[in-house]
Amino acid sequence: MTKVQSEERRSAALLLGPAVLLFIGIGVAPLLMTILLSFNGWHATTGIDPSISFRNYADILSDGYFAQIFLRTLWIATATTVICILIGAPEAYVLRRMSQPWRSIFLMVIITPLLISVIARTLGWAMLLNGNGLVSTALQGAGLSSRPVSLMFTQTGVIIALVHVLVPFMVLSVWSALSRMDRSAEGAALSLGASQFTVFRRIVLPQALPGILSGAVIVFTLAASAFATPAIIGGRRLKVVATEAYDEFLHSLNWPLGAAIAVLLLIGIVTVVVGCNRWIERRYATVFQ
Amino acid sequence: MPFLVIEGLRKTYGAVHAVDRLDLTVERGEFIALLGPSGCGKTTTLQMIAGLVEPSVGRVVLDGADMSAVPPNRRDLGIVFQNYALFPHMSAAENVAFGLEMRKLSRTEIGKRVRDALAMVGLADKSDRYPRQMSGGQQQRVALARALIIGPKALLLDEPLSNLDAKLREEMQVELRQIQSRLGITAILVTHDQHEALALSDRIVVMNGGKVEQIGDPFTVYENPATPFVAHFLGKNNVFAGEARDGVLHIAGRPVGLHLATGRVLVSLRSEKIRLIPDTTDALSGRIVSRIFQGDHWLFRVETAAGVATVLRQNDGTEPPREGTRVGLAWNESDAWIQPQTESAAAPSAPETEQPIWEPAEALVEA
Amino acid sequence: MSRNGPLMLAFHTLFMAFLLAPIVLVCLVAFTPEGYLSLPTAGISLRWFKAVLAYPEFVNAFITSLWLAAISSTIAVTTATAAAIAIARYRFPGRDAITALFMSPLVVPHVVLGIAFLRFFSAVGVAGTATGLVLSHVILIFPFALRLGLASATGLERALEHAAQSLGATRARVLQRIVLPLIVPGIASGWMLSMIQSFDEVTMTVFVASPTTTTLPVWMFNYIQFNIDPLICAVSTLLIVFTIVVMIVLEWLYGLERLFAGTGQ
Repeated sequence: MTKVQSEERRSAALLLGPAVLLFIGIGVAPLLMTILLSFNGWHATTGIDPSISFRNYADILSDGYFAQIFLRTLWIATATTVICILIGAPEAYVLRRMSQPWRSIFLMVIITPLLISVIARTLGWAMLLNGNGLVSTALQGAGLSSRPVSLMFTQTGVIIALVHVLVPFMVLSVWSALSRMDRSAEGAALSLGASQFTVFRRIVLPQALPGILSGAVIVFTLAASAFATPAIIGGRRLKVVATEAYDEFLHSLNWPLGAAIAVLLLIGIVTVVVGCNRWIERRYATVFQ
Repeated sequence: MPFLVIEGLRKTYGAVHAVDRLDLTVERGEFIALLGPSGCGKTTTLQMIAGLVEPSVGRVVLDGADMSAVPPNRRDLGIVFQNYALFPHMSAAENVAFGLEMRKLSRTEIGKRVRDALAMVGLADKSDRYPRQMSGGQQQRVALARALIIGPKALLLDEPLSNLDAKLREEMQVELRQIQSRLGITAILVTHDQHEALALSDRIVVMNGGKVEQIGDPFTVYENPATPFVAHFLGKNNVFAGEARDGVLHIAGRPVGLHLATGRVLVSLRSEKIRLIPDTTDALSGRIVSRIFQGDHWLFRVETAAGVATVLRQNDGTEPPREGTRVGLAWNESDAWIQPQTESAAAPSAPETEQPIWEPAEALVEA
Repeated sequence: MSRNGPLMLAFHTLFMAFLLAPIVLVCLVAFTPEGYLSLPTAGISLRWFKAVLAYPEFVNAFITSLWLAAISSTIAVTTATAAAIAIARYRFPGRDAITALFMSPLVVPHVVLGIAFLRFFSAVGVAGTATGLVLSHVILIFPFALRLGLASATGLERALEHAAQSLGATRARVLQRIVLPLIVPGIASGWMLSMIQSFDEVTMTVFVASPTTTTLPVWMFNYIQFNIDPLICAVSTLLIVFTIVVMIVLEWLYGLERLFAGTGQ
């Protein structure tokens, strides 16, 4: 190792040191402790019992109550993802074909909600979805219902609100993929005799697909682990995984059980993210990099 | 007394010699070109002269002082980088002033010198522009002014003209040479463009794979290549397999001249040294396959029994033979470079000698 | 104009309406003169905004959120920028692994982070304290600061530093006159983005905060569980305006498209 190289190593270590310490101390340690906690037992009267067992996991996996919550979360996340694809991808495409300055303006409009607190946005939906909200009025006006309809505390309501919160991610992801596309490829296809529809199907869509897929991963994982929106729109009775963990931890004070739920959620999310990303990379790496 | 001496310079990365033993002596005021395909080590050499890369072996002596212990910010060298490396957050004037600021000159003095420097490169009215507001040619001139204003001991140029379009490049080449000779400043230019090297330099260092192939003035290097690589790299070259028997050189069975040695040989000829003559039995003959007009010259591809020959003929106003015509190829004996055909000297012969119509140098250059 | 047909433009309009409806509604209701949820059809009133500013819990929560965001962003950005320079410049073993470690908070659900931190802090004894709150936010926002730091550090051409050196600048001068001015926009944007992420965060903070260290989103979350009224709409509106201002600054400083989609500029 030359003098320059060892000096580089030292500078790198110095620059990285604080961040690494921070992460190992405050990042890794808590997660490890939580995993450990999930193996502990608990009694309503005596609190946490430090014995190690799989009891919590066994309970979760065998109890129908938990199964219902996990399935509901899965359903909500899937529905949200599908709807986001159906409306988010076309929107990105429309945006791409716009001319300036509209394109930049609308892109800003789409990005802005991401920065606005999720509470503020969900509050809006809480007002829109309840009995005398806009949605109900619209449905009544369209003759689809004779009475005020409240979508509050329903799965549908949660899905609608989640779609609103998460669709910008989908739009941005597809937008990124489309902007990497060579515009002249469309022109080339047209000159070779393809119809507009064929161009879309054979040229644009395949190239947008990686964007759709990675957007789907983001939306799915965020929807599956969502907390504030299901809590506000879904309420106490319509539990998802995140709100259930919250309940066990802060209301029932059964920390080990709450930890176990959290660990299962983590495993699920990480598997989906890592697995899908790797699959996407493998399928598209050669083509797009 | 030589101004710049490079002794035994070598740079090794792992098992690879990026530069393998370079020895060069440069006189004050000389214009040197380091010429070669990408990856030949010319840029690494320049970086070692500048002090941006540490040599593995060898040293650089500038104006009598050993540069081994001198950091790059104290070598007093003006450098023009390939992408100009203008500071994007500073205007043209601020860019040019930077070197003088580092030397702690007074504000007024700096202002005056910057004005003069920008005027010298013809950008007096662009002093407040930012790099992104300027064209490639303008950026290049700012980079030049910035390097020259500090009154450097030598000027180092790393492919400074490669990003300019053809016409601009030619103009800049002329300007560069004029500025250099007027200032009498020693210059070292790195380029892959043989035209540039031939046009601008007093001496060329031809490099390949880290090694020096030949050092000499442009005319000598072109007319008397020392190695097969130099012969192929410069100009358009033809190589024919031939045989010398009884003092006569034969190519494809036809006698083409005298040659003392006996045996199989390779005959190298520059395209412009071959003449088209009426078809005879005393010369190599062939059929014109294609004829391309380039304004000041014609380029022919002639199919012979010894392979396809590229022939270049000046445009003298008359129309030369058309495609399909059978012609003979003739040349002055002194223009042919003959080498024994050994294993290593076997340059790609016969059909594989297909020289592309375009500069071989361009084909070798890759991102 | 654009190459979109009328059908696509109609779709686009509906999409925009969908996206903006809840936000617009919240802002509208905030201005109602009535004492209950309603649109300001009878005229615009600022009564709810005045009520908000007179609400001590709101003011405290807002201030808490503000200093929390500022402190954790500053810590995150300084450590992340240093790390970004190291990762972008130097080659060392484990570089990819360390980068993945720093980016990992993005993959972990906030509810899991909340539980983990609560567990850890109560074991160490800082549960519910400001220190714990700050540390948890630093970890959370670190990936954002790092990503921007990396973009800036890698975007800086080495050639610029070489040019400066050849012109006589010492390493310190190179840093001062060339490197810092060029990465400051990236760092500032990273700081602002981190601030917003910290300011808005609720899921994890719900576990880590305590009655004495309540942040604005947590306060709002608890409030909404019990009643939805124009007061909370006014609070939200203030938040929205605050966000838009920051957004405009970010757009000017760095470019929102570049920030979120990695394209543009």
